[in-house]
Amino acid sequence: MKHAGMTSIVQNTTRLVAGFIAVFAVYIALTGHLSPGGGFAGGVILAAAAALVLLAFGGRRTQAVLSEGTCHVVDAAGALGFVAIALGGLGAGVFFANFLPLGELHRFASGGTIALANLAILVKVGAGLVGVLLALAVYGTARYVAAERARGESPDPFLEI
Amino acid sequence: MGITIYVLTFALLLIGIYAVVAKKNVVKIIVGVLVIDYAVNLFLVLVGYRTGGGAPILAEGQPVTEFARTAVDPLPQAMVLTSIVIGLGITALMVAMAIRLWENYRTFDMNEIRRLRG
Amino acid sequence: MSVSHLVPFLAVLPLGMAFLFVGLAHVRGGQRVVPGLAVLTVAANLVLATALIGVEVGPIFVGGWGAGKTLGIQLNCDGLAKFMAVTINLVALVSIVFALAYMRRFTKVWLFHALFLLMTGAMNGLVLAGDLFNMFVFLEIAAIASYALVGFGCEAEELEAAFKYLILGTVGSAFVLVGIGILYAMTGHLNMGMVAATLAKVGTTGPAVLLAAAALLGGLALKAAMVPFHAWLPDAHPSAPAPISAMLSGVLIKASGVYALARVVFNVLGPNAPLATVLMALGALSMVIGVFLAVGQWDFKRLLAYHSVSQMGYVVLALGAAADVLAVGGNRTVAGLCLFGGLFHLFNHAAFKSLLFLSSGALEQQVGTRWLKEMGGLARRMPVTSFCCRVGALSIAGVPPFNGFFSKLIIIVGLAMAGHPVLAALAALVALMTLVSFVKVQRYALEGEPAGDGAATAREAPLLMGVAMAVLAVICIGGGLAMVPLGAHLLDPAREVLLDGAQALKEVLP
Repeated sequence: MKHAGMTSIVQNTTRLVAGFIAVFAVYIALTGHLSPGGGFAGGVILAAAAALVLLAFGGRRTQAVLSEGTCHVVDAAGALGFVAIALGGLGAGVFFANFLPLGELHRFASGGTIALANLAILVKVGAGLVGVLLALAVYGTARYVAAERARGESPDPFLEI
Repeated sequence: MGITIYVLTFALLLIGIYAVVAKKNVVKIIVGVLVIDYAVNLFLVLVGYRTGGGAPILAEGQPVTEFARTAVDPLPQAMVLTSIVIGLGITALMVAMAIRLWENYRTFDMNEIRRLRG
Repeated sequence: MSVSHLVPFLAVLPLGMAFLFVGLAHVRGGQRVVPGLAVLTVAANLVLATALIGVEVGPIFVGGWGAGKTLGIQLNCDGLAKFMAVTINLVALVSIVFALAYMRRFTKVWLFHALFLLMTGAMNGLVLAGDLFNMFVFLEIAAIASYALVGFGCEAEELEAAFKYLILGTVGSAFVLVGIGILYAMTGHLNMGMVAATLAKVGTTGPAVLLAAAALLGGLALKAAMVPFHAWLPDAHPSAPAPISAMLSGVLIKASGVYALARVVFNVLGPNAPLATVLMALGALSMVIGVFLAVGQWDFKRLLAYHSVSQMGYVVLALGAAADVLAVGGNRTVAGLCLFGGLFHLFNHAAFKSLLFLSSGALEQQVGTRWLKEMGGLARRMPVTSFCCRVGALSIAGVPPFNGFFSKLIIIVGLAMAGHPVLAALAALVALMTLVSFVKVQRYALEGEPAGDGAATAREAPLLMGVAMAVLAVICIGGGLAMVPLGAHLLDPAREVLLDGAQALKEVLP
């Protein structure tokens, strides 16, 4: 195969857009205590950026940049960050209690630990979803193609990502 | 509105159950489970809805009493969000298992995926 | 800082460690420390759960929301939760020590330990949860981890069982969520104590409450594998690796099925006649049909799985009889006796069924088959495993002085005193059938001459597996004799919570 993935139009558009989508995901997560959104929504949007890259450039090239192992480590870091925020609350009396100044209503610096928790969830959900996408897209099809080859059949060329 | 929408939600639940019980294709069963999930989520959102209600987000300068009078109940929405997250995890697991099932049995037909004896 | 501040760690420590393992797996040398850390985590949890016995812990308001608020997560560390936490962590510790030796032939052992701790932590959270929705969330986390663990070996049969289990489990969970949604729509609360208080005002026999109860009971009965919702269990439990079979049969169906049923029926809806009848019908059906299906089995683990259905029937039947007595305002002592028997049998079943599944795993690994007809003569070749297997079999069959005898006796006496002599006789008959079924196991697996090459060349199981089985065997032998101290410290506080019915959780009210 000369090039994996989709045409150069799609690839170049993806190069332009993917970064903006990722920044938007962080924005959605960080303002989750003021407007609709939050860590989970942000994480899903982040994963959408990764899905775009995956579709445009194909599984192997995406995996060279972003392996499943990296996703595991980042995912674990997000979860542990969330636990750390909960433990910080234990220092203030009870589990998950707020230990930061509450700030002023309708300003960015409000909501105490909520913004931090949203950030941790963004990392966790984003990395987790990207890991799921990589696992399903790359391993699923790669194993399928290998199995078909082993049986002496020629699999659909579209699957050779 | 009123009772109709609850009836429709219940119908959606029944469609999902029908797909899970009667269909023999792994992919169709997965879709059935997703439909059940959506029906339950829809039901939870309806529980918190009030006719003509607004989004439960306090706007700047809005009096709290007026907000409490007009906003819909945010708690079921939080429940639905959690339920969607759980559904996402289960969907990923189901799809991964379906891929592995295909590799082992070379079929999606539940009638042929039957090596375990009763 | 007292021990009661540490209650959330029962759930959070295993969950946090599970995620730490995922990170450690990709660090050089990290995979080697994972099994040791897992054992330490579960051991720490068991110490914490044991330290909580006898300590008065009020409702814990996570996040500091305070009493009387609709919002906020609340943990409920009462007698029942402590009893369940001790049972769960005890079985988890034994299973994970067994797994140290048993899981050596698998790849990705770190993933096993991460999923194991995820399941254990979620079960601890499930029994601590003070509100219905958190109970549901932890139920789902435990269930998702168990789906993945059932299919852990990725063999064809294991995936088939895991897929069936996943589909049925998810449908069951959906019904639980519908029930919770209806209760929230009626009462405007999710906190169990506040739901119970509001339901007491509006009445608990209206059509909407019955609909919610039907959805909750149906979903949770599926999780508890009550007949006719049992179809997934005989596939799923034998397909998992042996330590996981022990966890699933030993504690998961109890925590996510029986415990949740008891909590909802007694403490949220309040015991009433229709619910009690449903519970007794489910229990009696499971007890009888489970044992009849078990008798004809030749696959050792499948036989044990059908016995789990049957033995859980005993527990639910006892709970139903107690609810029946309480519903009509009957004698509190009789209801208490039924509950004592039910909870004691739950604990005993956790001990002997885990022991039986662990020894079946040891036999399978050393002999290379699960078919009873291909075993034989193993009492001489594997003395420790065989001894432990015998102790477990005698306990489940209800032979004195093993622990199963006492709990079954209490259940039968309780049923008779509660005015159900027919059910009491049925329970005694099922105990006899169980004995017959396990005589068959002894006869074919342990006695006689080896029926195959595997059985003829089998060697004793590794040391750690033997230690794990021996600990459970000691509990099975000592459990019956230690009934009085066990009852005073663990079972009586748990029983009181259920006896108080809808009043039990009123501490959370403003």
